[in-house]
Amino acid sequence: MAKKPRVKLPKKAKAGDVVQVKTLATHKMETGNRKDKKGNKIPRLILNKFACTFNGAEVFSADMHPSVSANPYISFFITAKESGTYDFTWTDDKGATIKTSKDIAVS
Amino acid sequence: MSKNIHQSARLDRREALKAAGVGVLALGFATTAHATPEAAAEALSKVSGGAAASMSDKVTISLPEIAENGATVPVGVSVDSPMTADSYVKHIHVFAEGNPSPETVSFNLTATGKAEVNTRIRLSKTQNVMVAAVMNDGSVLTNKKEVKVTIGGCGG
Repeated sequence: MAKKPRVKLPKKAKAGDVVQVKTLATHKMETGNRKDKKGNKIPRLILNKFACTFNGAEVFSADMHPSVSANPYISFFITAKESGTYDFTWTDDKGATIKTSKDIAVS
Repeated sequence: MSKNIHQSARLDRREALKAAGVGVLALGFATTAHATPEAAAEALSKVSGGAAASMSDKVTISLPEIAENGATVPVGVSVDSPMTADSYVKHIHVFAEGNPSPETVSFNLTATGKAEVNTRIRLSKTQNVMVAAVMNDGSVLTNKKEVKVTIGGCGG
């Protein structure tokens, strides 16, 4: 749970470049459909929200449902306009969050 | 085919009753445990606010033809859009028609980069994956693709 998520994006980019951001969080993503050995349902516990903000403004987000694989991988594209910080936040069903951030230098 | 005819000819009353019972059971299971294309369409109309959706080649889905492991199926969606402030893709919704619940993942995009997302999803059985792209003017473009799943990945 406390494992660090992995985010990959270029450290440097030219203004106007379209860059790919790849994210990978570590989470079991328990669907709520599985049963344990005694036949009891294992309660649902997934990351249901992912958000990426750039200098405080949201640029991309995702609402996830139980059909997203364990250790959710999401990649998307952004246009590099100015230097700044991307913050990535994943929120689970209980409200716990996983956070990380990356800087980009735009020339 | 000839084998089927042979089998059906052999069905006596007891077998027919048994088969009917199994059929009813299977039907009951299907409606409670798995979504149907109709449920997926309903989920789509919920997120699109009832706007009419039209099939479009502008939406491209990349999926393996055969997914050996349904627990992680890579799926990519790209939409032909300039992604400028005037014309961009607002949301990309992914639905799995045969999963316990059709909603899989929804992406909320802004006018930046290009309209392409990649992720990994769970698929419980061989089924169609439907994608709906909601544009900033409210129009909805959809496309779907079938994927054959060897081992389902939703637990059970």
